[in-house]
Amino acid sequence: MIKLKVNRKEYTVDINPETPLLWVLRENLGLTGTKFGCGMALCGACTVHLDGEAVRSCVTPVARAEGKEITTIEGLSLDSGHPLQQAWIAEDVPQCGYCMSGQIMSAAVLLRENPRPADADIDAAMAGNICRCGAYQRIRRAIHLAARIQGQGGGR
Amino acid sequence: MEKTDVSSQVLTQLAVKIMLVIAALCLGALAPSTWAADDRDDAGARAAFLKAYPVFMHPRCLNCHPAGDAPLQGDDSLPHAQNVQRGPEGRGRYALKCANCHQAANLPGENLPPGNPKWHMPPPGMRMVFQGKSPGDLCKQLKDPAQNGGMTLEELIDHVSHDKLVLWGWDPGNGRSKPPSHVEFVDHLRTWVKKGAACPE
Amino acid sequence: MSGIFNLSRRKFCQAGMLAGGGLILGFYLPGLDRAAAAAPPIEGTFAPNAFLKIGTDDLVTVIVNHSEMGQGVYTALPMLVAEELDADWSKVRFEAAPVDPVYNHALWGMQATGGSTSTWTEYERLRQAGATARAMLIAAAAAAWKVAPSSLRAEQGQVVHTASGRRLTYGQLAEKAAGLAPPKNVKLKDPKNFKLIGKPAKRLDTPEKVNGQGVYGLDVKVSGLLTALIARPPVFGGKVKSFDAEKAKAVPGVRQVVQIDRGIAVVAEGFWAAKRGREALGIVWDEGPQAGLDSRKQREQFAELAAQPGAVAKQKGDADAALAGAAKKIEAIYELPYLAHAPMEPLNCVADVRGGSCEIWVGTQFQTGDRDTAVEITGLKPGQVKLHTMLLGGGFGRRAVPDSHFVREAVQVSKAVKAPVKVVWTREDDIRGGYYRPVVYHAIAAGLDGAGHPVTWRHRIVCQSFTVDTPFEGAMMEHGVDASAVEGARGLPYEIPNLLVDWKRAPGAVPCLWWRSVGHSHNAFVVESFFDEVARAAGKDPYEFRRALLKNHPRHKRALELAAQKAGWGKPLPPGMGRGLAVHESFKSFVAQVAEVSVSKEGKIRVHRVVCAIDCGPVVNPDTIAAQMESGIVFGLSAALYGEITFANGRVQQRNFHDYPVLRINEMPVVEVHIVSSKDAMGGVGETGVPPIAPAVANAIFAATGRRIRRLPIRGEDLKKV
Ligand code: FES
Ligand code: FES
Repeated sequence: MIKLKVNRKEYTVDINPETPLLWVLRENLGLTGTKFGCGMALCGACTVHLDGEAVRSCVTPVARAEGKEITTIEGLSLDSGHPLQQAWIAEDVPQCGYCMSGQIMSAAVLLRENPRPADADIDAAMAGNICRCGAYQRIRRAIHLAARIQGQGGGR
Repeated sequence: MEKTDVSSQVLTQLAVKIMLVIAALCLGALAPSTWAADDRDDAGARAAFLKAYPVFMHPRCLNCHPAGDAPLQGDDSLPHAQNVQRGPEGRGRYALKCANCHQAANLPGENLPPGNPKWHMPPPGMRMVFQGKSPGDLCKQLKDPAQNGGMTLEELIDHVSHDKLVLWGWDPGNGRSKPPSHVEFVDHLRTWVKKGAACPE
Repeated sequence: MSGIFNLSRRKFCQAGMLAGGGLILGFYLPGLDRAAAAAPPIEGTFAPNAFLKIGTDDLVTVIVNHSEMGQGVYTALPMLVAEELDADWSKVRFEAAPVDPVYNHALWGMQATGGSTSTWTEYERLRQAGATARAMLIAAAAAAWKVAPSSLRAEQGQVVHTASGRRLTYGQLAEKAAGLAPPKNVKLKDPKNFKLIGKPAKRLDTPEKVNGQGVYGLDVKVSGLLTALIARPPVFGGKVKSFDAEKAKAVPGVRQVVQIDRGIAVVAEGFWAAKRGREALGIVWDEGPQAGLDSRKQREQFAELAAQPGAVAKQKGDADAALAGAAKKIEAIYELPYLAHAPMEPLNCVADVRGGSCEIWVGTQFQTGDRDTAVEITGLKPGQVKLHTMLLGGGFGRRAVPDSHFVREAVQVSKAVKAPVKVVWTREDDIRGGYYRPVVYHAIAAGLDGAGHPVTWRHRIVCQSFTVDTPFEGAMMEHGVDASAVEGARGLPYEIPNLLVDWKRAPGAVPCLWWRSVGHSHNAFVVESFFDEVARAAGKDPYEFRRALLKNHPRHKRALELAAQKAGWGKPLPPGMGRGLAVHESFKSFVAQVAEVSVSKEGKIRVHRVVCAIDCGPVVNPDTIAAQMESGIVFGLSAALYGEITFANGRVQQRNFHDYPVLRINEMPVVEVHIVSSKDAMGGVGETGVPPIAPAVANAIFAATGRRIRRLPIRGEDLKKV
């Protein structure tokens, strides 16, 4: 039995502790906003926050998450009101959209640690997240916009 | 890794370093000539260091001691994909911190992220570069407390003998090549120290 | 455009009530093309014929018959309806169409998404749908108010009586309108009165793509759902000799192991158990005839084939004689590798075959074929097979498979275990699973006369055909030439008096498929790179040389001029940098790109800026066009810089994003997109940004270094300063 706290809710799951957190979130808890892209920590589609860090859930044994705060895209904000989500909508970033949960979860760590990121910071934070549709230019733009929204206290 | 753990660890390390630096300043510089060695043998020390040198240059060891600010990867020591960077504490930056992918243990399977509870690279203030260093330069750097985190040579030996992350180099997981023998590596370094720790030219 | 649709034959079939009250409207355009006429609708099909629903809640739902895979059809197609409907855009929603002939592609006689055709083929039909509904809503209001329809106007989801200012919303009118007969003829708007079309519109699918709520195939939840991973042969064409089901079943969570056509399925409670179960199978394979497949040997084989004449795709004058007599000859070999599509969402399919029904949830570009495959496997009637099109986490052609293999697998497994099953492909399964862009070998030559004018062009393309022996053979093969192999080469736009383009068919060692921009993906690279070589050989500026020879191709020329002008063609660049350009027509659109590139001493390439100009005719959503150009450029750059699937001992040597890398954000150039204002025929945008980027970059590398790139991906060793 493993106890997990996801998006401020407690869960108990009966699972092999080696199972990657990704599959526990998606299959056992039904939180399918976190995506599977590579299973090797190469693409970032599965990024969630583990005690605030942008952890790749596809390679994270669920045992590591026990006793930690897990946040997934579903728990990032109440009503898509996170500055990044607002900015993503304003810039119409997603194409197929499949990578976007991971992109946003990575960008959230960047914005928390650097409220006014320069392009080089964006490159340093976001190069672990592949977008096969190539929305990179818009991701960059949206992060800058989100920084402004956040700076004006515009997040929900 | 718990965040609180990390920061308290960093603070302790820092305190230890400061104390060591102060001690070093009081005792005078730790130049080889002042190193009291019973069996001082500069030629022997140099020879021993040269034997240990290939281990430092092995990708398992060198990859996290790059000349630049990106860790390296693979046996060809190419810059780590994903634009990974050293970051302010040697633990990566933003959404690309080492522990975001590297777990406490190697993951089974080819090319999966290797792991270790201490996975990190030298912080920017103490870069401990291996890549591109000649034996002489590497040796001087290793001995210099200002560059080695304030370690004495005994502590250095202890570090390469027991540090979990150093030892990872000989247990790198699926399919990765290993450096030459760890036992011999430590022996060479011990000999080097015992013979006065002279550095190759 | 209007030539495509025989409007006099338009037949409105059904206007019925919505469950909650309201208007549901559809229509049917029978016999649009030969394919549709040849394939009579499958018996037992339920045909609601609906493209549009208006509820009493004022919501306008457009039922979209094309799959959303990032290209923006869930926005562009609703825009077409909403424009003519004068709908309130904030009330417009989308819904994926079920499988039914009424939702067939307007030209192909089947429900499918591809060929960059979604918007231009629906441009008229969906506007008709909107205009018809609008006329019915106005008629309903006219009846309610007892006034002449001509005294009413529609705006923003309401019908307004101009004289009195009275208003009724579409929701209020929906029930009444549903009882009316659709008008026979409706007039479409003059484009100058468009309110939505041609202006940037926010995508309707963005909100659900930023909060994790959008449901992709992989996210489908069904009660009692099991997960299956399939062990497929490591060598294409291999077969299972033996395996150990018991070892796999010993893994906790594994429920069943079943053999299906394409391999061994391990069915488990979840992904991880299925994966571990699969690893335990201990399969012994009969590797079959391709066990020795080796990319290096294949290259030699292709080189030999290139020495033999192929089937003629295009011929003008006498290319060989002109080459023999040319004052200057330029000859080159160009080579391109197999490429995997690697959509971000690995392939997957959920099937539930139980009793007398089959339900499928899948991100597919090929609904009709997939449904028919399920019919074939289950023996059910088409009406008993229900297929739900989910969001696609990328398609790029990979989800349009004539053999429906990824649906076939799921249906077979579900049928065998009598439970709903989700077949999941790992990334390794995807990268190693075939259906690649074919490997291609090009032998090309040109000749100049004494004055430096090109007098001849001879281009031989060696590759396999992936359309023969599929239902697409009839459409693709023309006089023994596979159109998908020579597209983008046979229609050379440059004025050259002698021309020969031929195709030598290579053996089909590996399953191949259309990969975003298909034949254009390699032919544009070869034609536009080699044309640059010819320009240099003639001592001419590559831009001016192209312009001069594009006299009879004004759309190419306009795109080229716009891109060159916006990029500052001819302006000096810092040392170490080079500028290159390419222009290419594909899928009825004309795209020119100028790339600015630098190359380091170690041979590391950096693409700094790409200026792109597109003429795709009338514009629906300019922001989507820009996004698709950005997207195509990234996709093409990933291939040009990194993309390569190779074989050794019959096995694919790559398996995930570490050895099949794609562009990341830190490598992203600044991309500027400019749209040519154009009233010409509408073309596509989903694929058309891809073809010009590789040659533009290669030409820029030549400008920067003097090194000519003749094989992709671009290799550092081809670039290092010697
Ligand atoms: S799925 Fe975890 S990084 Fe790709
Ligand atoms: S939007 Fe499709 S992968 Fe990023």
